[in-house]
Amino acid sequence: MTDMAQPMTSIHQSDFSRARLRRRYARERNFKIMSVSALGLTGIFLVILLGSIVLNGWSGFLGTELRLEVTYSDEHIDVENPANGNFRMIILDALRERFPEATERREQRALLGIVSNQGIYDVREALLDNPSLAGGSLELWIPAATEVDMLNKGYVDRSAPEELRLIDDRTIAWVDAFDEAGDLATVFNWTFLVSGDSREPELAGVGGAVLGSFWILLVTFVVSFPTGVGAAVFMEEFAPKRRWVDVIEVNINNLAAVPSIVFGLLGLAVFLNVMHLPRSAPVVGGLTLALMTLPTIIITTRAALKGIPPSIKDAALSIGASPVQVVSHHLLPLAMPRILTGAIIGMARALGESAPLLMVGMVAFVVDLPSGPTDAATALPVQVFLWADSPERGFVEKTSAAIMVLLVFLIAMNGLAVYLRQRFEIRW
Amino acid sequence: MMLTLALICLAAAAFFFGQRKAVSVTGGRTSALHSRPVYHGWYVALACGLPAVSLWFLILLVGDWMIDRTIVAALPGELREASAPVLQRFLNDAETLAAGGVPTIELTPELEAAAASFRRLSLLEHWVGFGAALGIGLIASGIAMRRIDVSRRTRQPVERVLLIVLLAAAAISVLTTAGIVFSVLFEAIRFFDKVPILDFLFGVKWSPQIALREDQVGSSGAFGAIPLFTGTLLVTFVAMLVAGPVGLLSAVYLAEYADPRHRAVAKPMLEILAGIPTVVYGFFAALIVAPALRQAGISLGLDVASESALAAGLVMGMMIIPFVSSLTDDALAAVPADLRDASLGLGATHQETVTRVVIPAALPGIVAGFLLAVSRAIGETMIVVMAAGLAANLTANPFEAVTTVTVQIVTLLIGDQEFDSAKTLAAFALGLTLFMVTLGLNIVALRMVQKYQEQYD
Repeated sequence: MTDMAQPMTSIHQSDFSRARLRRRYARERNFKIMSVSALGLTGIFLVILLGSIVLNGWSGFLGTELRLEVTYSDEHIDVENPANGNFRMIILDALRERFPEATERREQRALLGIVSNQGIYDVREALLDNPSLAGGSLELWIPAATEVDMLNKGYVDRSAPEELRLIDDRTIAWVDAFDEAGDLATVFNWTFLVSGDSREPELAGVGGAVLGSFWILLVTFVVSFPTGVGAAVFMEEFAPKRRWVDVIEVNINNLAAVPSIVFGLLGLAVFLNVMHLPRSAPVVGGLTLALMTLPTIIITTRAALKGIPPSIKDAALSIGASPVQVVSHHLLPLAMPRILTGAIIGMARALGESAPLLMVGMVAFVVDLPSGPTDAATALPVQVFLWADSPERGFVEKTSAAIMVLLVFLIAMNGLAVYLRQRFEIRW
Repeated sequence: MMLTLALICLAAAAFFFGQRKAVSVTGGRTSALHSRPVYHGWYVALACGLPAVSLWFLILLVGDWMIDRTIVAALPGELREASAPVLQRFLNDAETLAAGGVPTIELTPELEAAAASFRRLSLLEHWVGFGAALGIGLIASGIAMRRIDVSRRTRQPVERVLLIVLLAAAAISVLTTAGIVFSVLFEAIRFFDKVPILDFLFGVKWSPQIALREDQVGSSGAFGAIPLFTGTLLVTFVAMLVAGPVGLLSAVYLAEYADPRHRAVAKPMLEILAGIPTVVYGFFAALIVAPALRQAGISLGLDVASESALAAGLVMGMMIIPFVSSLTDDALAAVPADLRDASLGLGATHQETVTRVVIPAALPGIVAGFLLAVSRAIGETMIVVMAAGLAANLTANPFEAVTTVTVQIVTLLIGDQEFDSAKTLAAFALGLTLFMVTLGLNIVALRMVQKYQEQYD
């Protein structure tokens, strides 16, 4: 026993070996740090990406309103026909009353410029709702113009030289006067959620785009889900020759990797130029995206069918079920949760897709809300693309806010898919 | 529309009564039936629907032809003698006018008369078709009903129809590929009629925006696609420079080092990154990354274009990280544990095992993943449309603005839509090139993956 206590001079304990071992361990440590930091870098990317969107976009859900005391004087109102009044003048009068110093025409036009064009309609609506107001007056909250909105949200640098600002000192003074009187409020911008596109950032909304995306996805689902499931069932259960399945399978795998813009070219050439379907209509966008989603659905359906133990099929066949009955009574119901999960994920991808939609003309400026799959419409991601191109400062926050709406829908769909998977998946 | 609704109602009724009849012929003992009652229901419904729909289409086809004949016959002499395209245009305009639209040719009494008779005749055609379709549907389902019997085999025909429907569904996926190839190829061939294919593939000047004068032959701008190819490759190269190492190393961490707790955080993070729409990345590149790079360039004394290849490439790299990482992760996970254990058992460190055993073993899978990622980057559209430029510079400098194949497809096809100009057709030629290149990359990659999987199975 005492012999063991003596230092042994093995080759593993020479200085050289120790140094080498240290080097090897250092390399190990460095490698691990590098691989962790690669993942960390990815995380930082994600945080910067989402963070910049949220920072830019949260204010897009807010709007600025100004309180005005409007007087429906007989001078501007036709009592017989209240819809026909000069509501612009009514607003101008209200503003002039507040700022009597603005007498020149140019100044008055600038003064009128602090409220949104929507104000004219709001004043008109208020009178139409209550015709007895004619001759009387009313306090109204009216949306402010986008420049004022930007000022209120702090996107205008007040210390910058006047000529570099979108908004001049005089207007800032007016807005400050509103603010001091408590007649300026920052409110939740419902217009943004419910209305269609507009040239004015303060009036633009994602409502039309959301509806457009809804119709597109509806068409996509109705076309691609039955077709995809049918194709997968045929390939898995009924295809007579293995060779045919191989051909279709290679074809589908390649189709799944074709760039989405090529599907757009297909949609343009087939649905618009050959079949003459209407341009900019959700039905065309939906069909194009359906072709794009089809491979995803076929692949997930086949995987789901393959995942069912053969004993179930054998049992059903052995008690006399026909092959069709085996599929419709046993295999499909058992595979349905996984098929639906795959379909929802495919739909989520279709929701985020914009390049093919650009090809089939869904980039139109659409103000009206689409009420069906053949109305001109745009889609949520395309709306993001359109707004991102707009030079106005007001559209930057609208773009980010629209992205947030899009991400909320995507998260909801993926969440639903995860829920379905966990709730209904059967482990054999 | 009304007919569709009526037919659906009729078929539903046929289904219901067929099923009930099948139950009633057995006196409630349905087990005596050869086919289950639901098949009898389907049988009757199909017997109603199939002939009705076929007849409806037949009547529409024949009817439209007859309407055109009748209208032409009623035309005054000089119009009737006109050439076929003129006549066809006249008929189309009559149809437009009848539907309440605005015709493209001058409104003449003849046109109005034609539109009126068109409206009358198509209404007649509609009602005849409606009646005939419903009639034959009723008769056919009536016959099918009478034939319901205990020993009647209705399952086989119903299942045969179903199989045909399923076959058609499977055929659609093949037809899509054929559709892509033919539609894009067809337009591309028309383009190569105008611009020689070699000028397109090897020309170094791209300027399709040159104003085309109608009377000028051959001055159709310059369609040399080399600047686009180099631009695409430059952006792709920058993207892979980011996504390659980062994706590979994250996959190594996930596959070799991470315990389940860390995986549970990292995996969803990558999935979120993968699920973000490309238009969001494009906006991020244009709004945040490009200005930031420009600022950084100014402070370093570099001239960075505001729409640089670098910005687009960096963001595209970010987008592809999850793609590279998950494919590499799969490849690493497929390496048998024996190899890993053997290496560790010999005393190798984890790093040595990974770099000298696991990665070489997984190399075909990793390379295939990289190829798929390259194919993805080449075909990516929105990021480059929003963050790369339109100027077709032939450069390898990532600080300059370049344009790519996908950007040009989008710019050529948004806006004017004459399908005869070389400008719009050029987009299809570019699309064909894009399709070919990505298809080639995919086929090679899938082959490699297959080979590699067989090696360890």
